[in-house]
Amino acid sequence: MKDVTETCPLNRGQVMAMYFLEHRARLLDVAAFLDRLDRSCGQESPDFREQALYSAIGLLSDGQPHRTARILALLSDCTDELPQSAEGMKGALGAVPLTEGDSE
Amino acid sequence: MKYIDPHIHMVSRTTDDYQRMALAGCVAVTEPAFWAGFDRSSAQGFFDYFRQLTEYEPRRAAQAGIQHFTWLCINPKEADDPAFARDVIALIPEFLKCETVLGIGEIGLNKNTRNEQIILEEQIALAETHNQLVLVHTPHLEDKRKGTRLIMDALQASSIDPGRILIDHVEEHTVGEVLDRGFWAGMTLYPDTKMTPQRAADVIEMYGSERIWMNSAGDWGCSDPLAVPKAQQEMRRRGHTTQLIDQVTYSNPQKFLSQSPRFHVAET
Ligand SMILES: [Zn+2]
Repeated sequence: MKDVTETCPLNRGQVMAMYFLEHRARLLDVAAFLDRLDRSCGQESPDFREQALYSAIGLLSDGQPHRTARILALLSDCTDELPQSAEGMKGALGAVPLTEGDSE
Repeated sequence: MKYIDPHIHMVSRTTDDYQRMALAGCVAVTEPAFWAGFDRSSAQGFFDYFRQLTEYEPRRAAQAGIQHFTWLCINPKEADDPAFARDVIALIPEFLKCETVLGIGEIGLNKNTRNEQIILEEQIALAETHNQLVLVHTPHLEDKRKGTRLIMDALQASSIDPGRILIDHVEEHTVGEVLDRGFWAGMTLYPDTKMTPQRAADVIEMYGSERIWMNSAGDWGCSDPLAVPKAQQEMRRRGHTTQLIDQVTYSNPQKFLSQSPRFHVAET
């Protein structure tokens, strides 16, 4: 992937000052969502979206660049088949079972 | 600061949105034909829609001092029935004569089906025959990367110069390939399924400011007709130059769209 070192005009301290509180709040939203999933009623096992989300969270802390692109790739359909028609197909769900995904 | 919103569905927006956009600096919009939130029951429904896009909407925009241009097609979501789609495509050549029509769009794929692909290829051929610019819709969410690649393959099998094609709704996992293959790239600032102003600014920083624009794709869903000026503000607060901000929100769309002799922004 493209080398994007030092492409933001702000220094590290400025980025932190400008964006920390906003993203602290978003992180708490994610945490609360996961807590809500755990507190939900019924015995259903986690579906592929939950597994995809935890895999994506792993990419956040791997210290490598292009986290956004890699998470989007992880959540992408990597199959080659083309159905003839959309008849009866469900809407996009935002993730695929991980066996079909990759982390290109 | 003036800007062009090159992808917005004003038929779904109110007149006070036009007024607020004008206040925020919008001088021109281009409106691709799209899905209305429900499937039309006949080709006649598209005839009326194309009249709305070419006759009524430019007048409504002009009242706010905004120039309105449009793109025509059958959108991919309603293109899964090839016979129906062909009835709609047959209407388009007559409307291409209208003075505010810039090209064919937004064509592309929605669920990545063979039927959609057949109609995509037929609409690419239509653009080829009539020497039109092309505006491309790419699928949302998990279907995007696969769909974007299929669409680019279909476009590159035609004789249309990639420099006359804009691939819209790019995200971080598709933008590099779109630009590398010579196409223009559009970033859609749409709250839930596409991109935020912050991420759009990030993409400019990572992939540069050549052959790229931003749009709101404002429509009947949760969307923001002021998304482009908000992205300008985001770039400004990061310390980007006025020249760079102008390039990605005004000069670039003007450059791409001016490949159609019909596109001209009145200097004020
Ligand atoms: Zn659109």
